[in-house]
Amino acid sequence: MFRNWLLATTTAALMAFVPLAAHAADTAPQGGDIVVTYKDDITTLDPAIGYDWVNWSMIKSLYSRLMDYEPGTAKLVPSLAESFEVSPDGLTYTFKLRTGVKFSNGRELVASDVKWSIERAVNPKTQGPGAGFFGAIAGFDDVAGGKSEVLSGIETPDEGTVVFHLSRPDATFLHVLAINFASVVPKEAVEAAGGDFGKKPVGSGTLVLKDWTIGQRLVFERNPDYFVKGMPHVDKVTVEVGQEPLVALLRLQKGEVDIAGDGIPPAKFLEIKNSPDGAQMIVDGEQLHTGYITLNTHVKPFDNVKVRQAVNMAINKERITRILNGRATPANQPLPPLMPGYDKSFTGYAYDVEKAKATLAEAGLPDGFETVLYATNTDPQPRIAQAIQQDLAAIGIKAEVRTLAQGNVIAAGGTEGEAPMIWSGGMAWIADFPDPSNFYGPILGCAGAVQGGWNWSWYCNKDLDQRAVAADSMSDPAKAEERQAVWGKIFTDIMADAPWVPVINERRVVAKSLRMGGPDHIYIDPTRVINYDAIFVKQ
Amino acid sequence: MAQILLRRLIQSALILLGVAAITFLLLYALPADPARMIAGRSATAQTVANIRHELGLDQPLVLQFLYYLGGLLQGDLGRSYAQKTEVWTLIAARLPATLTLMAAGILVEVLLGMTLGTIAALNRGRAVDRLVMMSAFVGVSAPQFVVALLLLYVFAATLGWFPMSGYGTLSHVVLPALTLGLLGAGWYARMVRSSMIDVLNQDYVRTARAKGLSGARIVFRHALPNAVLPVIAMIGIDIGQFMGGVVVVEAVYGWPGIGQLAWQAIQQVDVPIIMGVTLTSALAIILGNLIADLVAPIVDPRIRSH
Amino acid sequence: MRVMREILRQPAALFGLLIVLVVVTMAIAAPLLAPFDPDNQMFDGLTLEGAPIAPGGPFLLGTDTLGRDLYSRLLFGARNSLIIGLVANGIAVSIGLLIGITAGYARGWISTILMRFTDLMMAFPALLLAIVLAALLKPSLWIVAMVIALVNWVQVARIVYTETRGLVERDFILAERALGAGHGRILFLHVLPHLVPTAIVWGTLGIATTVLLEATLSFLGIGVQPPDPSWGNIIFESQSYFQAAPWLVFFPGAVILLTALAFNLVGDALRDILDPTQRGRG
Repeated sequence: MFRNWLLATTTAALMAFVPLAAHAADTAPQGGDIVVTYKDDITTLDPAIGYDWVNWSMIKSLYSRLMDYEPGTAKLVPSLAESFEVSPDGLTYTFKLRTGVKFSNGRELVASDVKWSIERAVNPKTQGPGAGFFGAIAGFDDVAGGKSEVLSGIETPDEGTVVFHLSRPDATFLHVLAINFASVVPKEAVEAAGGDFGKKPVGSGTLVLKDWTIGQRLVFERNPDYFVKGMPHVDKVTVEVGQEPLVALLRLQKGEVDIAGDGIPPAKFLEIKNSPDGAQMIVDGEQLHTGYITLNTHVKPFDNVKVRQAVNMAINKERITRILNGRATPANQPLPPLMPGYDKSFTGYAYDVEKAKATLAEAGLPDGFETVLYATNTDPQPRIAQAIQQDLAAIGIKAEVRTLAQGNVIAAGGTEGEAPMIWSGGMAWIADFPDPSNFYGPILGCAGAVQGGWNWSWYCNKDLDQRAVAADSMSDPAKAEERQAVWGKIFTDIMADAPWVPVINERRVVAKSLRMGGPDHIYIDPTRVINYDAIFVKQ
Repeated sequence: MAQILLRRLIQSALILLGVAAITFLLLYALPADPARMIAGRSATAQTVANIRHELGLDQPLVLQFLYYLGGLLQGDLGRSYAQKTEVWTLIAARLPATLTLMAAGILVEVLLGMTLGTIAALNRGRAVDRLVMMSAFVGVSAPQFVVALLLLYVFAATLGWFPMSGYGTLSHVVLPALTLGLLGAGWYARMVRSSMIDVLNQDYVRTARAKGLSGARIVFRHALPNAVLPVIAMIGIDIGQFMGGVVVVEAVYGWPGIGQLAWQAIQQVDVPIIMGVTLTSALAIILGNLIADLVAPIVDPRIRSH
Repeated sequence: MRVMREILRQPAALFGLLIVLVVVTMAIAAPLLAPFDPDNQMFDGLTLEGAPIAPGGPFLLGTDTLGRDLYSRLLFGARNSLIIGLVANGIAVSIGLLIGITAGYARGWISTILMRFTDLMMAFPALLLAIVLAALLKPSLWIVAMVIALVNWVQVARIVYTETRGLVERDFILAERALGAGHGRILFLHVLPHLVPTAIVWGTLGIATTVLLEATLSFLGIGVQPPDPSWGNIIFESQSYFQAAPWLVFFPGAVILLTALAFNLVGDALRDILDPTQRGRG
């Protein structure tokens, strides 16, 4: 369901961007009511349940977590935690909480709230999608299996201290404590809401939900008690839903809307880009996103690596970026360029029709074959699928395009032997946190190559799986660089087996009104898309 | 009469039950796993299994349906899979918007249809008549999504007379209601025209005319009242047509009604919402047909004996 | 022949008939008329920035968002839209006839069950049902036709039922029965022939409804599968361009409108000629 969390940032943001962020915060004026639009209604604001790219950024700002990221960057910083310590073996994490943090219902936030919130996220009764992230905490299996409601691996020696005991080292654990599922919620408010906490959220973040008219609008107001002074900058955020992206954009040009959350439809993109004010309205950021075609290694003839390589050479990625009006760049490996571990020197398979034909002939299929290509049925995915279809036809592969609702494509991908090829657009892998490991397990590892899994290539390489496990136990911060290099090698080695055709890295485009201030990467924040904490209205 | 009504009500309840059963079966057979959709791609197999269990999806179909029916009898439509909120809360929040749109659409088609039909009847055989009848046919033949886009393009985007989308004020409702109403207006115009012509040909009207009664008086005193009942019967049937139309119209105009709710739910395989919207629409259609059937005998006495 | 003569006498019906003929010719002769391969995504079919090309020049009606010739796609789209119109409506009318006659002739519990089932189908929000069915079955041209047929037979069944009931009560059939004629004989010699006008009228009017429904399903992304063109999916693929490239919406929109209008005009004329008692809708 994590449809399009289009992680995005600029290279500068990942490098030493910190001073600039601090600077922006200093000069941002306080005040202003802004209007944000989306097409789909907001499903839920419950941090244990919300898992789509629209509610993700709102939940980020409604609640707070032990860890968070520097605005506009992928740099982890303590948030609810004042400080933390990691034991040398990487198995114990001790957090000291800030004092005086209050929920919006007025009660002070204490260590037991942190413990209870994570237990709630893991508890099967919550029906939350994020339980698996906490798998490294001792006692996880008992709670996830319904045998216990208490995580034995979380201790709260006093109101200001939380201690985590892990059952295995996890290099990503601090990231895990920064994802939405680790948001701290007050138990009494959850219970009082009687299952409707997602519509009546209570948190300790920068924003407070004041009003929600289902199907129309949500009104957020600034939390005056937020524990970081001078955050957030805006007084009020009104989110209007049910707004077609095209309509939202016209309203934005009229000044009725400040941020068109769904981005800019291709047709309007050129028009705005070429208009006088356009450049300032478009925020065009590179993101941690890869669009790919899965080649099902359990379906003939894709069980033959030569065939998979031939397909990799047959796709004209330049043409696909043109269909997207240049809002994407061709990809050659699973990791996007901005992800730590991306290998700049790797070239992958170049577009070469003749070589593709030759490789196909080597595989014993000089005349090609017939197959099926699945894609979701929302624009522009069917169009991209047709472009891929035409490229395949050029080397003799006759692919029938089958466009279905997202749920059906996911189901087909997770059924063994069902979908020979899937274009991932609209469901493309987007990281839950900016770490290369998150790009492997479920979509390329053996664990995902199961009935109902997300490894739609059904590719399982035991050797790579072992290397992945080894990389993730390198939890010593000093080894971070080394770990990234190990991960990078895993992803380029995968390409020798070619279970995917990495097609494009799509950039995210957000439209904002001229009065909105702040650097681009707080509108396309790598960990939350729109960073409501950091954006501001120019004076 | 009361007995007939009672029988019709029982019949309606049975039909509703049938609709529930068929929809449930269809959604069950859907090749998509709601638990998977909720869980997202990072979830472990155990998380998915847990969710499936908590939703009761691991139980046999019959049992699932019986649970659903049990809830339904107590007025409980269940909770949305994706949003966790009561389905009824979600529908109730959006129903007023859909009903407003339908009411406005009906108003457009009735007013437009009756006016055009009257004009055509009074000018029978002349160019005006032919023109009106031809445009009635065009209205009937126009795909709603094209009309919607066309109206949006001309009156909102280019001329700026109406807002592009939204909800709340009278100006918001104009274009969606026009889109919805144009289709039916064609049918109404034809119907009103033929029933008016019948009246105008009758002896007493001819007499009245001969006596020098004004045209307007004849129309309002004799001809129009005669055309009202069939119109009411038709409105009942129209509700069914509209329930389909709102999906498209709401999507194009960003109207916060149950059509958009259903569309989003279908994309997310949110079965309880799809069930809820289908049943709500079915109920509306059944009520509409009931009204049509109850009015029909009054309109045409021959049916009463049937 | 009488029918033909009457149609030729009505300007509106004649107009409709002409359009029907033109559209059918376009569909049949599409390979001869189309200047380009309708599925070919031409490199020069898009501007350098990736926008579709406006009408005029080598592309008579412009190109679509993938650089394909719109005119060629409309011609081939006519085939798919008409095939679905004819097949889906044919199936719908057949189902409607079968159920309507059976229910009207059989009476008793068979009749009750069939008519209650028809009521049930009436109560389904048709578009919702179609959307769910289309998601359930793997979409193809024939599946789309089936889905539409499943949604559309109900009205025909109701009318046929009413007419059959009326016929069965008529003297000549009662007389046949009294003479000991078999059900088959009565049905085929007496009931069916009387229903032919209804079938023809609905067979024509229904095509208009079907073409519109196919377009709507394709517009929602669940109709004819790409790259096969249908008038509905051409609009679906281009709707976000409706301001920048209005021709991509309005040409196919106009074609759908004209075709539906034509079938409606002809069907309406047929109804007046064949069955003067059935006026208005249903």
